[in-house]
Amino acid sequence: MIKFQNVTKIFETKNKEKVFALKNVSFEIERGEFVLIVGKSGAGKSTLLKLIFAEEKPTEGKIFFEGKDITKMKSGEISKLRREIGIVFQDYKLLPTKTAFENLTYVMEVIGFSDEEIKRDVPKVLEIVGLTEKAKSFPNELSAGEKQRLSIARALIHRPKVILADEPTGNLDPYNTLDILKIFQKIHEMGTTIVLATHNKEVVEILRKRVITLEKGEIVRDAEKGKFVI
Amino acid sequence: MILQLKRTIKYGLKTITRDGEIFLTSVFTLFLAISIISFLFIFKQTSEFLISSLKEKADVSIYFKEDASEDEILKLKEEISKNSEFKVDYISKGEALSEFEKRHKKNPILMEALKEIGENPFLASLSIKAKDPGKYEELLSFLKEKEEIIEKIDYSERKPLIEKIFSLSSNLEKGGILISLILVLVSVFVVFNTTRLSINNFKEEILIQRLVGASNWFIRGPFLIEGIFAGILSALLSLLAVFLSCYFLSPKLSVLFEGLNLFEIFSSNLTHLILIQFFAGILLGTIPSLIAIRRFLKI
Repeated sequence: MIKFQNVTKIFETKNKEKVFALKNVSFEIERGEFVLIVGKSGAGKSTLLKLIFAEEKPTEGKIFFEGKDITKMKSGEISKLRREIGIVFQDYKLLPTKTAFENLTYVMEVIGFSDEEIKRDVPKVLEIVGLTEKAKSFPNELSAGEKQRLSIARALIHRPKVILADEPTGNLDPYNTLDILKIFQKIHEMGTTIVLATHNKEVVEILRKRVITLEKGEIVRDAEKGKFVI
Repeated sequence: MILQLKRTIKYGLKTITRDGEIFLTSVFTLFLAISIISFLFIFKQTSEFLISSLKEKADVSIYFKEDASEDEILKLKEEISKNSEFKVDYISKGEALSEFEKRHKKNPILMEALKEIGENPFLASLSIKAKDPGKYEELLSFLKEKEEIIEKIDYSERKPLIEKIFSLSSNLEKGGILISLILVLVSVFVVFNTTRLSINNFKEEILIQRLVGASNWFIRGPFLIEGIFAGILSALLSLLAVFLSCYFLSPKLSVLFEGLNLFEIFSSNLTHLILIQFFAGILLGTIPSLIAIRRFLKI
């Protein structure tokens, strides 16, 4: 479903120094898999996810999503690609001027769901993530845990083929972390492919799924039901 | 398609109600820009009126000898009128006398003097106005052939005045165009910058919209709707401002400039003015937004 072929991403600093975010990375993720990308801060986890939804372009190499080369996509095709992906951002990236309800509605409207489908699905998904009571609240009125849950709700509301989550438990206490992971497990059981980037040992041990370990931009381990070894 | 359009309009209207302050700022800036353009338009019409009435005053009169017959004078009038550069009016002896009586009826000394003379002392004349003052020289050389019926031509006395009037009008026109151009550029610049600053407030939101898969037109749409509404509203406000200004200034200006009716200029150019205001309003309401958003759609 997702294929990285010798992907290298180089960033240039202000002093024109070249920094390797990813170095010659190749791997493949099958439909329905749950894959954890682990590594220390700065190992290249976020860059790897950004390359999948084309927020960044690789310096070298190719990335395929369902057989299509993402690196050659134009603006309109990128919009379509993103509609097939649900993204949970580390900093939530919720629309600040829209309520929790509208944040979910917006994604469905972008994709072209009918008003009836929106009315039916949004309350359901808000219930799944436990935010029914907060439907009319704006993001700045929500706690970190609530924002994260809303961000997950937004990622799954349009039933995407794959969900990418960047440190979804990064700002949460252990209770909330467990809750969030349960939601991901539930979504995965429904058949959605999940790619989750984390530096949290507990998350890896609770989920016990395939783990791709990154170190300084390189894949150092790719293990089925892997452990957290950095 | 219709569903997306409906949603675009809905989001546009929501932006207006939710970010009222930003909307009002943009209406205010647009109002200023459109009003500047509108007043310049009215100013142009007014100055054209003033210039043409000033030019009306610059004329040359040919006075005919006592024995010149009316037929000869009318024949000459016809010959001069063949050249479309000149506007010729014939004033007969009788007309000249009654015009004098009308103008000086309150002056008993002059009227008494006229009575003393006993007969009509005025000469028949042709009053000639040229579109271009340079043409008068051409006319004079033509008139030299007709000297036998001509008593006097007052061109040399009036030459400095005529030249002054024409150079003043051409300076007024040139200056008007330059000032208009500068003012329009400044107001467009202000609109562009205000829009850029207000769109910057939506930077984060636009980036998120792109990241959740919104197409560029789905993102631009609400800004376009907001811009169109702001443009229409500010055009209406500006129309009201121009109407009120012309209505209240008109009587005062007609005292200063004889024959000038500002309100008449406003009403006879109303259709043009409305078209200019709405066209400028909608263009200035939408194009700066589209340009400002473009930077954020690259992601």
